[in-house]
Amino acid sequence: MRVVSYLVIGFCFGIVMYKSEAASWFRIYEMFQFGSFHMYGIIGMAVALGIVGVQLIKRFNIKALGSKEIRLTPKNSGYKNYLFGGIIFGLGWALSGACPGPMYVLAGAGFPAILIVIFGALLGTFLYGVFKRYLPH
Amino acid sequence: MNFMFEPWPWYVAGPLIALIMFALLFVGKQFGMSSALRTVCAAAGAGRAASLFKFDWRAERWNLMVIAGAVAGGFVASRYLSNNQVQIDAAVTLKLAQDLNITSTNNAYLPTELFGTENMTNPSNIVILLLGGVLVGFGARYAGGCTSGHAISGLSNLQLPSLIAVVGFFIGGLLMNHFLLPLIF
Repeated sequence: MRVVSYLVIGFCFGIVMYKSEAASWFRIYEMFQFGSFHMYGIIGMAVALGIVGVQLIKRFNIKALGSKEIRLTPKNSGYKNYLFGGIIFGLGWALSGACPGPMYVLAGAGFPAILIVIFGALLGTFLYGVFKRYLPH
Repeated sequence: MNFMFEPWPWYVAGPLIALIMFALLFVGKQFGMSSALRTVCAAAGAGRAASLFKFDWRAERWNLMVIAGAVAGGFVASRYLSNNQVQIDAAVTLKLAQDLNITSTNNAYLPTELFGTENMTNPSNIVILLLGGVLVGFGARYAGGCTSGHAISGLSNLQLPSLIAVVGFFIGGLLMNHFLLPLIF
């Protein structure tokens, strides 16, 4: 049952990413050119509703399935890793036009070249794990 | 039937993304797509090389289920719900042609110059795609999250670290888009 719910959520995510064109390299390029409101509208609308929903969860102490706590773990403080990591991520996002969700959606959509990006992302994740202790955090 | 193939506007997609985040919270998980990369590394035995990957990846198998669903969603959307042609701003289209020599704009979902299967053996394309992926994977883990984890979930929870990360995403993205892409292409 659990497995089915994850699959269904992922499936909906895939449909939304593809149909909204948030998975398109062209839309990412256009966003960084400030050529359209589209991507800003998607992220802005999701965040606006997200803020309202999270506040409701906190205010009314809404529980997850099986009356478990909803996981809203705050991130550790500090800024270096968020800023430097964020910049590196942004460079890759604008180059490949794909972030870690849409890359799988594009694999399903039948673009074999995206497998190179996915392999790169796995390699990048691994390299971070190896060099983590030498980096400012 | 044409409306079936039309792209969804931002005011449809935005609320649906918020809904997906809440669905994951409701089943006791979090919206963070880059964690799956870490899970795959751990499952492949990367724990022997770095402590970051020394965890019980089986407990994080749900990430892989979400991804399997996303692959299926991409398949269905591209086959049955899209004409796979992204229409973008006219001035940006012109700039793509002039600065980057990309002319597949408005006729494809991804630029065929970079993602076309016929261009996959082009060594510079392989380097660009691999480097893009490495930066995305490295940066996401260094920053502790990506677009879903920081820009959507983190900002929804009003977390300052997520705001810093999103500012970083845009610094890096603007640098690449305005200064580096014209040099690379």
